[in-house]
Amino acid sequence: MADLSLLQQETDALFSRKKWIGFAVPAVILTYFVYVFFAFDIPGLAQRAKMENAVILASDSWSYKTHVTRSHRDGAIDYAIEGERKGRYPEGTRPDWVSGEDEVVVDLGDGAIVTLFPDNYTEIDVPGFGKIEAQLEGGKITTNRGNDVPDWIKAGPRRVSVFTENGRVTLTRSKTEIFRYAGGWELFFFTLASPYHGVGLGKILFGDQIDPERSNLQGAWQDFWGNPMWRHGDVLWAIGETILMAFLGTFGAAMVALPLAFLAAKRFTPILALRFGMRRIFDFVRGVDGLIWTIVLARAFGPGPMTGALAILITDTGTFGKMFSEALENVDNKQIEGVSSTGAKPLQRYRFGVIPQIVPVLIAQVLYFLESNTRSATIIGAITGGGIGLLLTQAMQTQKDWEEVAYYIVLVIVMVMVMDWLSGWLRGRLIGKKD
Amino acid sequence: MTDATAQIKANYMALTSRRRLYGGLTLLIFVLLMASGFSIAEDRNAGGFWEGLHRLGDYPAAVLSEAWEKRADLPMLLVKYLPSLIETINIAAVSTLIGAMGGLVLSLLATRGLARWPWAIPLVRRALDIMRAVPEIVIALVLIFVLGGGPVPAMIAIAIHTVGALGKMFSEVAENADLKPVDGLKSTGASWSQQMLLGVIPQVAPNYLSYTLLRFEINIRASAILGFVGAGGIGYELRNSMAWGPGRFDEAAAIFILLFGTIVLFDQVSSRYRNRLTEGTQ
Repeated sequence: MADLSLLQQETDALFSRKKWIGFAVPAVILTYFVYVFFAFDIPGLAQRAKMENAVILASDSWSYKTHVTRSHRDGAIDYAIEGERKGRYPEGTRPDWVSGEDEVVVDLGDGAIVTLFPDNYTEIDVPGFGKIEAQLEGGKITTNRGNDVPDWIKAGPRRVSVFTENGRVTLTRSKTEIFRYAGGWELFFFTLASPYHGVGLGKILFGDQIDPERSNLQGAWQDFWGNPMWRHGDVLWAIGETILMAFLGTFGAAMVALPLAFLAAKRFTPILALRFGMRRIFDFVRGVDGLIWTIVLARAFGPGPMTGALAILITDTGTFGKMFSEALENVDNKQIEGVSSTGAKPLQRYRFGVIPQIVPVLIAQVLYFLESNTRSATIIGAITGGGIGLLLTQAMQTQKDWEEVAYYIVLVIVMVMVMDWLSGWLRGRLIGKKD
Repeated sequence: MTDATAQIKANYMALTSRRRLYGGLTLLIFVLLMASGFSIAEDRNAGGFWEGLHRLGDYPAAVLSEAWEKRADLPMLLVKYLPSLIETINIAAVSTLIGAMGGLVLSLLATRGLARWPWAIPLVRRALDIMRAVPEIVIALVLIFVLGGGPVPAMIAIAIHTVGALGKMFSEVAENADLKPVDGLKSTGASWSQQMLLGVIPQVAPNYLSYTLLRFEINIRASAILGFVGAGGIGYELRNSMAWGPGRFDEAAAIFILLFGTIVLFDQVSSRYRNRLTEGTQ
C-alpha cells in the first residue's frame, strides 16, 4: 500500500512538472517574441516601410514604359523604350500607336489621347474629364484648367504632370515627356536595332534571309545573345560563375578535407596531440565563417569567382573535415582486418578497407553541400563581386530596371532548383536511391 | 577444371580492368573539370592566385597588429559592438523559432499518413521546395527595398528559408513515426491537432529539436552575412568598419573576435546538446 502511494506521489509530481513545462515553454517563447517585437522596432516599421516601393516593384517587374520625348528647343521627337539609348527606335520608325506628322497624336489607350502641336503646345484628351491644354511660353507653362484640378493632375508654372490609366504626360521647360505603360518584358529577344525584332520564330528558321550578311540562325543567335538591353550572354556567364564557385569550392574542400580527416580520427591517428590539433584547426576554419574568409581573401586576390570559390573551399574544409572524421570513427574494423590479412600495406588497407565504407556517406554529404553552396555562392558573389549575386545587387541598387531584377530572381531560383535536382539525381546514381 | 578456373580468372581480370578503366576515366574527367574550372575562375578574377597567395596574410596581419597596438581599447570596442551582435543573434533566434513552427506544421501536412488533407501533400511539398530554393539574399534585398534596412528583412528572409529547410527534414523524420498512437487517439475522437500534438510530436521531438539547433547555428552565420548586404546586425557594422580602411582596423578586429567567438560558442553548445538529444541521456 505504501509503495502505491509513493508511486502515486511520484506520478503526480511528474505530471505537475510536465504541466508546468507545457505552460512555461510557450510563455518563454512568447515573452521573447514580445521583447524582439520592441527590440526590432516593429511598431516603427509601419512608418519606415515604403509601400510605394512595393507598388513599383510589383508593377514594374512585369511591365515596361515607352518614352515619347519632345525637346522644346528644336521640337525633335524621340521614341525610346524605358528612355534608354539601347531601346531607341531607329530613325524613321516609331510605335504604331503614334500617328500624324505636324500634329503628332499619341494614343495612351483607354481613350486617352495626347496631341503634340507645333510651337510647344500640347493637348491631352482624357475620357470623362475633357481636354487639358498646355502651352509653354516664355519659360512658363500655362494650362486651361487653372489651379482647380483633380489629384491626378499636378499643375505648376514649371512642371505639369498628368497621370492617366496607362500612361503619364509631363511637361517641363525643356521637354514634353509621354510615358505609355505596357505589360511584359520588352525587347527580351531582340532590341529594335536588330533586324530580327518582331519577326516570328518560324520566319527566322524557315523564311528568307533577313540580314544579307549573316544566315538567319546565326544572326538571330548573335543578336539575342548580345542583346544590349538584357545581356543574356553576360547573365548566363554570371550564372556559370556562381555554379563554378560552388563546384570548385565544394569538391576542392572535399579533396582537401579527406586526407586531413584521417589525421583527426582516433582510429587512424593514435597521436593525441596531432588529432587534437587537427580538430581545433577544423573548428577554427569553420568558426571564422565564410563571411570573414571572403573579406580576407578578397583583399589578397581581388574580387572575382576565384575568391568566392576559395572562401567556400576553406570554410567547407572545416565542415567536411569534421564530418569525414566522424564517419571514419564509425567504420567497421572487420573489413580492414580482412584486407590486412591478405598482407595489404597500410595504404592498400585504407584504399580497400576504409574508403569503400565511407564513400556513400561522403558522396551524400558533398552533393548536399553542392546544392547549398550554390545558394551561398550567390550571396558571396554579392560581397566579393562575381556571378549572378553581383548582377542582382547591382540591379537592385540602381532601383531602375525592375524587370531585370525579376529576371535575375527567376534565374537564381531556377539555378538552385536545377542544382538541387542534379545533386539528388547524382546521389541516386552513385549510391542508390534512399527510398 | 583448370580450364574453368582459368576462364573465371580471365573474366574476373577483364571485369576488374574495365572497372579500373571506368574509374580512372571518371577521375580524369573530374580532375580536368577541376583544373579547367580553376583556370577559368582565375581568368575572371581581378587578381591571380599565385600573385595573391603571398599577400594572403597581409590583411589579417595588418588587422591583428593594429588591434594589438590598440589593445587597451579592445574591451571598450567589444562592448560597443555587443548590441549589434545581440541583434544578429536575435535575428537568427527569431527566424529559427518562426521557421521551426512553420516547418513543424507544414511537415506534418506534407507527410503521407499524417496529413490533414492528403490531396494537398504535393502542394505543400512544392511550397517547401520553393521556400528552400529561394536564396535568403533575394528575399532580403527585395524586403530592404520595401521596408528599409534593419533586422526585419533579414529575419523574414531567413525565416522563409528555414521553414523550407526544416519542413523537409522534419517531414523525413515524421515519415518514420509510429502511427499506432495516432490510431489510438483517433479512436477516442481526438481532433487532427490533438492527434499530432499528443501522438506524433512526442515521438519526433528529439530529432526535431536537434535539427532546429543545427539550423540555429546555420542561421547565425546567415544573419551575419545578410547584415553585410544591409540588413542590420554585426555584419552591417563590419561592412562600415571595413569601409573606413586602415586606422580603424581595431574596430574590424573587435567585430571579428565577437563573430568568431559567437559562432564557436553556439557551435559547441548546440553540438553537445544535439549529441545528448540523439543518443539519449544516460
